[in-house]
Amino acid sequence: MEFGPFLLLALMEGMVMSAVLALTAVGLSLVFGVMRVVNVAHGEFFMLGAVAAWFVTQAVPGHPALGFAAALLLAPLFVGAVAALADGLILKRLNYDPEATIVATIGLSYIFQQAALSFYGPDARPVLAPFDLRLQLPWFGYSGYKIAVVIAAALILIGIWLFMTRSRAGLVMRATQADRDTARAFGINVDRVFATVFALGAAMAAMGAVLIVPIQQAHYLMGHDPLLLSFIVVIIGGLGSLRGTLVAALLIGLSDGVISVFFSPTLAKILATLFVALVLVFRPQGLFGGQR
Amino acid sequence: MLEISDLSGGYGAVEVLRGVTLTARGGEVTCVMGRNGAGKTTMLRAIMGQVRASAGTIRLKGTELQSLPAHEVPRHGIGYVPQGRRLFSDLTVAENITIGLMTRNHGAATRDKVLDLFPRLRERLDQRAGTLSGGEQQMLAIARALCLEPAVLLLDEPTEGLQPSMIAAIRDTVMLLKTTGVATILVEQRVDAVLSMADQVAFLQNGILAETCAAAALTPASPQFQTYVGV
Repeated sequence: MEFGPFLLLALMEGMVMSAVLALTAVGLSLVFGVMRVVNVAHGEFFMLGAVAAWFVTQAVPGHPALGFAAALLLAPLFVGAVAALADGLILKRLNYDPEATIVATIGLSYIFQQAALSFYGPDARPVLAPFDLRLQLPWFGYSGYKIAVVIAAALILIGIWLFMTRSRAGLVMRATQADRDTARAFGINVDRVFATVFALGAAMAAMGAVLIVPIQQAHYLMGHDPLLLSFIVVIIGGLGSLRGTLVAALLIGLSDGVISVFFSPTLAKILATLFVALVLVFRPQGLFGGQR
Repeated sequence: MLEISDLSGGYGAVEVLRGVTLTARGGEVTCVMGRNGAGKTTMLRAIMGQVRASAGTIRLKGTELQSLPAHEVPRHGIGYVPQGRRLFSDLTVAENITIGLMTRNHGAATRDKVLDLFPRLRERLDQRAGTLSGGEQQMLAIARALCLEPAVLLLDEPTEGLQPSMIAAIRDTVMLLKTTGVATILVEQRVDAVLSMADQVAFLQNGILAETCAAAALTPASPQFQTYVGV
């Protein structure tokens, strides 16, 4: 294959990665931005989403699209409910203390991992894509499902953006993010906002997982990479900045796609980590983060 | 209207307020004065439920506020303008106003009434609050609190760092609110501002309400200002 089509293929692969990464990292960024909680269990919410998607698709008979549609709805709801429960039972009791919640979410991540190992098992299991369509370009064929993943992620992110900027609940979340004490002085139930945001962040990770699981398979240890990459993205974009998170997800996803195709996936991770180190040294607040 | 009885409280083991008793009546301005660390801001934060009372009561129209969660206190009609304004600086002027309106489910009529008081804010509705001038930010902080149509308004050093014309505008607003029956508690360090607005002045010293007197009985040379405020 010539260089041009090869680059196009790499960019398309990068876009798929960017799309899923953006969904996952926006969830992490939202939780940190509003709650000031560094959620180390975020990768396990991703994994729970994938595992839940497998269970749902197994339970729904008929065409794979039916099972997949049910999974896209039910897996994020389930993971969001688990997150809301974890918030009420653990994070709230720790008074959302930043250090204590890091330790607590590390503990949570092990609990989720072991629960998945116990109830789901150690095997990687595939989830069927909702449709089997191959787009034939002049130079190569490409999965129609992968293009659908990019479109679906973009639609979900636009929905989240509209929710945050146009809805009353989004306004309440942004006010809480700006100043939680003052938010309370204007009748905002900050505890309820936190539970909602934690659930929404986890549900976004789960949505990303449901979209990717027909490509990657569900496995109880699959949360590590999304967690690492999400942290890379939110650090580069600026902790709590949704715009920065989106730009950084695009940057990391595309560079990962291109470098992986032309060189090796390991080199892509090394360069991403190096980029994070450079951002931390020269612009610790991230590309789009404000000074704190 | 707002009755504070034997109120004690503070931060953790540190008790800042010790047995404070104060009544703020409707249509009157109660100024609270005292040196730095006397407990003025802590008293306002205790009224708002942001500092837990270890003893005593805070009653508004028969409802005891000190045991309510902090987010329920403003729904009883207490508007708060915190020290340093504490605007939602990334939100627009219109969004800050909306947050105020949402507190007690007020609508467009209240919004228009408040914006009529501060026409300059009407011109800047789409501007981010953090980009307003200091005086405009203070106007917005007061406007946001007035969106609750409060029975009690708490103002924590609203004139701090403002130019004279802005201080005069704030004084005019406070005096207008008096005529509508709002009980105002004003923490203020400027003697001239206190004497031009207050009906009663409460002096806090080390968390204890040392003296309360009618503002009409005070002059700039009154010894209380030297004793309790150091001016």
